[in-house]
Amino acid sequence: MESTYRIQGATGEWEVVIGLEVHAQVTSNAKLFSGASTAFGAEPNTQVSLVDAAMPGMLPVPNRECIRQAVRTGMAIEAQINKWSRFDRKNYFYADLPQGYQISQLYHPLVGEGSIEIEVDDATKTIGVERIHVEQDAGKLMHDQHPTRSYVDLNRSGVALMEIVSRPDMRSPAEAGAYLRKLRSILRYVGSCDGNMEEGSMRADVNVSVRKPGDDLGTRTETKNVNSVRFVMHAIEHEANRQVDVIEAGGRIVQETRLYDPDTGTTRSMRSKEDAHDYRYFPDPDLLPLELDDAFLDECRASLPELPGAKRARYLSQGITPYNAGVLTAEVETARWFDALLEAGAAPAQASNWVASELFGALNRLGKGIEESPVSPSQAAELLGLVADGTLSGSLAKQVFEIMLETRGDPGKIVEERGLKQTSDTGAIEQVIAEVMAANEDKVADYRGGKDKLFGFFVGQTMKAMQGKANPQVVNELLKKALG
Amino acid sequence: MTDLTDLGIAAIRDGVREGAFSAREVAEAFVARVAAAKSLNAFLVETPDHAFAAADAADKARAAGETLKPLAGVPIGMKDLFCTKGVASTAASHILEGFVPPYESRVSQNLWDAGAGMLGKLNMDQFAMGSSNETSAFGNVISPWRRSDGGASGKNWAPLTPGGSSGGSSAAIAARLCPAATGTDTGGSIRQPAAFTGIAGIKPTYGRCSRWGVVAFASSLDQAGPMARDVRDCAIMLEAMAGFDPRDATSLDLDVPKWEAGLSGDLKGKKIGIPKEYRVENMPAEIEALWQQGIAWAKDAGAEIVEVSLPHTRYALPAYYIIAPAEASSNLARYDGVRYGLRDLPDGANLQEMYAATRAAGFGDEVKRRIMIGTYVLSAGYYDAYFTQASKVRTLIARDFEAAWESCDVLLTPTAPSAAFALGEKSADPIAMYLNDVFTVPSSLAGLPAMSVPGGLDAAGLPLGLQIIGKPLDEQSVLNAGLAIEQRAGFTARPEQWW
Repeated sequence: MESTYRIQGATGEWEVVIGLEVHAQVTSNAKLFSGASTAFGAEPNTQVSLVDAAMPGMLPVPNRECIRQAVRTGMAIEAQINKWSRFDRKNYFYADLPQGYQISQLYHPLVGEGSIEIEVDDATKTIGVERIHVEQDAGKLMHDQHPTRSYVDLNRSGVALMEIVSRPDMRSPAEAGAYLRKLRSILRYVGSCDGNMEEGSMRADVNVSVRKPGDDLGTRTETKNVNSVRFVMHAIEHEANRQVDVIEAGGRIVQETRLYDPDTGTTRSMRSKEDAHDYRYFPDPDLLPLELDDAFLDECRASLPELPGAKRARYLSQGITPYNAGVLTAEVETARWFDALLEAGAAPAQASNWVASELFGALNRLGKGIEESPVSPSQAAELLGLVADGTLSGSLAKQVFEIMLETRGDPGKIVEERGLKQTSDTGAIEQVIAEVMAANEDKVADYRGGKDKLFGFFVGQTMKAMQGKANPQVVNELLKKALG
Repeated sequence: MTDLTDLGIAAIRDGVREGAFSAREVAEAFVARVAAAKSLNAFLVETPDHAFAAADAADKARAAGETLKPLAGVPIGMKDLFCTKGVASTAASHILEGFVPPYESRVSQNLWDAGAGMLGKLNMDQFAMGSSNETSAFGNVISPWRRSDGGASGKNWAPLTPGGSSGGSSAAIAARLCPAATGTDTGGSIRQPAAFTGIAGIKPTYGRCSRWGVVAFASSLDQAGPMARDVRDCAIMLEAMAGFDPRDATSLDLDVPKWEAGLSGDLKGKKIGIPKEYRVENMPAEIEALWQQGIAWAKDAGAEIVEVSLPHTRYALPAYYIIAPAEASSNLARYDGVRYGLRDLPDGANLQEMYAATRAAGFGDEVKRRIMIGTYVLSAGYYDAYFTQASKVRTLIARDFEAAWESCDVLLTPTAPSAAFALGEKSADPIAMYLNDVFTVPSSLAGLPAMSVPGGLDAAGLPLGLQIIGKPLDEQSVLNAGLAIEQRAGFTARPEQWW
């Protein structure tokens, strides 16, 4: 379905065209071309090898794991994997770039055409991915350490990034947001990037242009290094409106690099095409072309997990609602937990409702992620089983669940020890009903006089007297009979 | 008693093993000779303690009855392009002045592991860019050789170039300051200085010797190799230097052949190719005569001589002077004053100004020239016309050689188009200087093993070299052909000591 998102300008409606270049840090213990560690948050310049610092005579050697992760990512978006690729040098001077060049892939990227499906407003849309290439990250300049000097932290220098370049296929901030979330989800399923935007593991360069619907593409601007989904959506909205204002005021959009300011939600010009660098790309002579054999590709493919799309389809076929299926597949940790729950024998539809309401509610309250849940999938399966076989009523199950959250105990044991079993013993229930009716003769009269709404009152009183352990269905039936 | 400094690697190794002399005596003899040869300016740093420590280890091992390592007791010189742990390594450039690496290059480590010791770091053309050693930031090396005729211009004893870029290495070996030394060869930097000074030197197949820890000039061409008195010493030393290194992605994962054991000057059944395109214009008659002599020696050793064609030879030099500077312009970007070496920070300078000041002060003219050329040929709009075209030429040159191997085993050519020239003679004319590499560059572009052996002297009493080029990985045939020529040339000339 085509997006109906439009910017309302003075001269009419404008369509927004968006392409994203996402830089995703490859999950790997070591950097792309050196053995140095990649852990986040270490003291400055403690994770720097001689290669990362570009000492004289040091040479890059490709890290197989980084290549493997990029290939697996490509496979996850059903992209073409190039068995022959090559690294190029992108030359420019900056203090955070010790070599004076970044090793990247311009001419022959590792991964070619692929695509990602997104869902916006219940409609599905396919966003093209032009390529994924692998490159080195730069270091970080620190300007706040000294009044007149800048410092350089090379911990990030040489860390492997995947640059995932989309086609200009998105037409609204919502589509861009959905694309980013879906991409992040895929990366996390594959395990090739932790998707942590706060720590900078994932950031996006946002290409935006505007045009009258049906016109040719307009001139685009590129807003660099936007580091959250929300900011990307803001940046697009702001940038598209800015472009419309410029054009409608008689101006021209210049191809330029812009910066997003999260504090103001605006973008500003960084440099125009005229003073863009000439990067003098050429094949890196320190590295041989990367040639992948079939065994390597087979291993990559075999190691891929079930991906969100396939998982969602499976959940739907198991009778799970589309909403629940969406919620359960959005994050890989949730999906893993839920799959373990199903494996432990829980019924899919019932289990999905319970996870989406009870478990999420509890975790929210506790401020915990699902991977830190105090209740394990097998314990949860046992609890759901006790409900299914009538041992626990819904409300008793809630009580048991609360105790489980607190004690991490098994539900069967809790039911046993605390006597929380629901009773369907008609004799016991009938006796309580008789007591309740005797204590509320006036209300019995009112009910029999036509105040139907009082039925709930009797149910409540009966359940209360039985400390919630009565089977509510049985209570209902017996009450109806007793009240006539 | 023989002067120990007259001995080469094999003689020192065997003498130490047999107890004819101690390694300590050898080290002391060379250390003294190095100390007395300062006027040649061959050494940038002298490291007698390193040589003594290795010598003492060899003597101790022998006393303990242990099997001695392949180079036990052999002191060598180390070209300053190799990073040596705790010893200043500058690539003869101001920009690395004061830089003391906290690491050891793989090749030098291999040599120390084989028992060799280091007499010092050898002068060279700055960043290995040059053919005369005049681009060193620390003054040129002077060849120990002198013209016997007083010089063509009549100037008495016009000081001569030892060749370049491994000119410190060639001069030091010719002057008997060390029995052998490391060199590096990007377009002829081992072979041309070897030819100019009457010694032997081999550039192995690209990838045989690790480039890890060698200051990079042009990564796809740079290759280390030994320089020594004779072919056997080259074989011994190359065995120690070569070997797979997982830290160099272009290193060849192959066992190191036993080249010394495989040496044979018998060329029966071998075919030696004579490339007709190497007959260049204005080549001195003496070079042509030496080449013919070399052919005669090869025949005498049993080889069959065949004429071959390498049709793209004339494009090799222009392609080389695009590719090498292109890679250099990028490789040398790291010398920016930020992390090590020289930093020139004028008052109030910003980052760009610091880069400019540092690089202006730190690099010599020839280095700057090549950075400029390299930057130009990689620039948007020029890349295809220069770099892409040069890369295609490189492929064609490699194919020329492949075709030649169908009819011969090795090629025999002159090493350089002239004997050593006077210092200052060509330094004002870069093109004339670049032409020195005309015979050595094609095999560099193709990554082939190639060596220079002394063939004889010209009329002025200066050494001339013959080059043997071999198939990829076939250093053995190159060494063997070199040995056959060496045996017949009977080259015993040496410079008279004047320094």
